Amino acid sequence: MNLRRDVFQAIADPTRRAILLLVASQAMTAGAIAANFNTARPTVSKHLQILTECELLEQKQTGREIHYHINAKKMREVADFIEPFRKLWDDRFNALETIMKTYQAKKKD
Amino acid sequence: MELKTKIDAADGQQDLTITREFELPVELLFKAYEEPAIVEQWMGTKVLKLENKKYGGFSFETTDPKGNTFGMSGTIHEFRQNESITRTFEMANSPFSVQLEFLQFESLSADTSKLTMHIIYKSNDHRDLMLKMGMTKGINMAHNRLQETVNKLK
Repeated sequence: MNLRRDVFQAIADPTRRAILLLVASQAMTAGAIAANFNTARPTVSKHLQILTECELLEQKQTGREIHYHINAKKMREVADFIEPFRKLWDDRFNALETIMKTYQAKKKD
Repeated sequence: MELKTKIDAADGQQDLTITREFELPVELLFKAYEEPAIVEQWMGTKVLKLENKKYGGFSFETTDPKGNTFGMSGTIHEFRQNESITRTFEMANSPFSVQLEFLQFESLSADTSKLTMHIIYKSNDHRDLMLKMGMTKGINMAHNRLQETVNKLK
């Protein structure tokens, strides 16, 4: 349960979301990731640590360098996340339906 | 009970489909996408621009209680009255890439209709991240505002 909340917190931060999207395109070193942000390097390191701890990112040694990869398996654990997304659209569409029914009723008056 | 709004997002794919059946004639459903004043009500956003024609642009803006504004915009590639809308959609100042949306409007009977939204993302990871964002504040905020609008109407 805790782990899931951690994943949620991890992706709630805009810098961490940006990091995930960067690494989603290609595996990168911490330095290459940091070069994309104006934030201080230790701040980026902290974000990378959090993302690695909740298993959204994986570290892989390539020669002397450590590359960060997206953990595809973790990212694919979408099922739990679909429901809030569905609820968001369901609420929107319910509003649309209510508004248009009112609109239709007014027109008939 | 059958869910009214369905999401179909296959594992490992970069697209998803949202379907919904409405107790509305297709003309009214389409109007909710066509008229800026109505879009504002159910999307809970300000409509700055909505040019319903080929290569027309649209631009929406949402303000949260703290006064932060979020922009959404795109280009309309196809606009067929009561049939379909094809458009791009992008959130300003966000890590999300532009997405391609195919909206199909169908009449089921004189009083019912169906909307199918096929959304294509840059990659599978982008799609999954977007799905996960359904939980976060920025998007939920727009939805809370919607709830308020609807409650006022009741």
